[in-house]
Amino acid sequence: MSVLIDKFDVFAGGFWLTLQICVLAAIGALILGAVVAVLRISPVPPLRALGTGYVNVFRNMPLTVVMFFAAFGLPALGSNADFLRIPGLDAVFSRLGTDLPYFRFALIALVLYTAAFVCEALRSGVNAVPAGQAEAARSLGLTFGQNLRYVVLPQSWKASVVPLGSVIIAMIKNSALIGFFGVVGDLSATADQLTGAEGYAFIPVAIGISVGYLIMTVPLGALLDRIEKRQAVAR
Amino acid sequence: MSQQTSVLYDVPGPRQRRITLIGSLVATVVVLVGAYFLIYRPLADKGQFSMELWGPLVDPSNENFSQVWDRIGLGLKNTLTAAVLAIVASLVVGTLIAVLRIQLKSLTRRRFTGLATPVAYLLRGLSWVLSALTRVCVEVFRGLPVVITIFFVARGFPEFGVTFDTLWYLVIGLTIYNSVVIAEILRSGMEGLPGGQAEAAAAIGLSPAQTTRMILLPQAFRIMLPALISQLVVVLKDTSLGFIISYEETLNIGKQIIGVLGNPIQVYAVIAVLFIAVNYSLSKLAQFVQRRLSQGRRSAPRTGAGGTELGTEAVAGTAT
Repeated sequence: MSVLIDKFDVFAGGFWLTLQICVLAAIGALILGAVVAVLRISPVPPLRALGTGYVNVFRNMPLTVVMFFAAFGLPALGSNADFLRIPGLDAVFSRLGTDLPYFRFALIALVLYTAAFVCEALRSGVNAVPAGQAEAARSLGLTFGQNLRYVVLPQSWKASVVPLGSVIIAMIKNSALIGFFGVVGDLSATADQLTGAEGYAFIPVAIGISVGYLIMTVPLGALLDRIEKRQAVAR
Repeated sequence: MSQQTSVLYDVPGPRQRRITLIGSLVATVVVLVGAYFLIYRPLADKGQFSMELWGPLVDPSNENFSQVWDRIGLGLKNTLTAAVLAIVASLVVGTLIAVLRIQLKSLTRRRFTGLATPVAYLLRGLSWVLSALTRVCVEVFRGLPVVITIFFVARGFPEFGVTFDTLWYLVIGLTIYNSVVIAEILRSGMEGLPGGQAEAAAAIGLSPAQTTRMILLPQAFRIMLPALISQLVVVLKDTSLGFIISYEETLNIGKQIIGVLGNPIQVYAVIAVLFIAVNYSLSKLAQFVQRRLSQGRRSAPRTGAGGTELGTEAVAGTAT
């Protein structure tokens, strides 16, 4: 078990890096997902088709394939994803500014992939709002944008929280893939490194890594359960 | 769907339709021009559209064509094998876990009257501990990334001197994660059933085990069928994680082809299309089944309201 104490800084560093990519990807995916969701319910048919196409493509493709695309496609387009080197932000999230682009590629892939699920979660919330609400808003003469902003979205938010939360939990779990994909030092890469190259005993490392992920996923899941129960009562 | 969304806005009139048409034509032109300069030109400059790179994948007269597709076919076969084995195993194990948890939960509510007091307390404590233990196991394996589970299986088993084919590492890893998820789907399905079902079963003299097997499980399967099918999509996508333990599934085969021919973008594009085609049809199947089920329920409104809501929630919840 001594590996857990000796290498505590490695585990903590892995945890911190995984947390970083999760926070960044969650922000990115929520923004992009909201945009795609608005596209999917918008009154303009081509935009609707665009949103639907996006969701169908990214929801049915394994994240692994999206990641490989990001890693091979972006360099072929002559981009190193340097636009993510946002000044100020890379002071906190140090990996955004490094010369090795894999963290940024992984981030882009994770955002693109998760946004499709965020879109579906938001849309299921919008669908849960009783049709009479939107109809009443329309008969008052509100436009599509006003309808969404003042009537539908404030109410749909409640129904979206739980599905959104499960999407974020799934995203945290998906982020484990980045360690096998060239990003050095996150939790899963740490597992590979410690049990493989450095030859530590398997069980303690497995426990350390598992605890690292469970710290992130289990409390969030418990929180969602609570919200769900409270909403069930409120309904 | 169109009914649901069109509630948000008025049906566009002739003027609005004209604006939309002109706007989308202009947007299409802008996008095409942008795509030409930002995507096509850099790719073409690097020769990504040359037949040298695409040929082995799309040109039947290419010398490598048949070999490449043989390999991809092998990869697809391996992917499907792993997915089918994993889903069957997860269904079986998941059902067992769900039944076990339901039984343990009802056991914790029993007071064991008629037994001596210490024995009754012992049994109550024991059932509580068992129920808590299963709960912890479920939470742990549900909270771990499936990549990590597969990795742990592939690294952990040889550590204890147990070695299999890589196929079985992948299947075991996927089963551990997905059986727990399926167990939760089924359990929420069984708990979502109206209480009268279990009461009626008890009233006609079925034992708790019989009630679960003959009354609750079949209905839970029926209600949760769409969620189960979307879980199938998840399993199929997750088999692509086999590459981390070098199982020869589609993606790994793709990497081998890339190693020889050096055309990553083209190979990944083909693989992506294959995955999207299979998974898209599975998702459509899930939607179709859900529509059929909700039609069936409309004629029996007693179980309708609660069941439909539960079903859609679970679908959203399991979408990983």
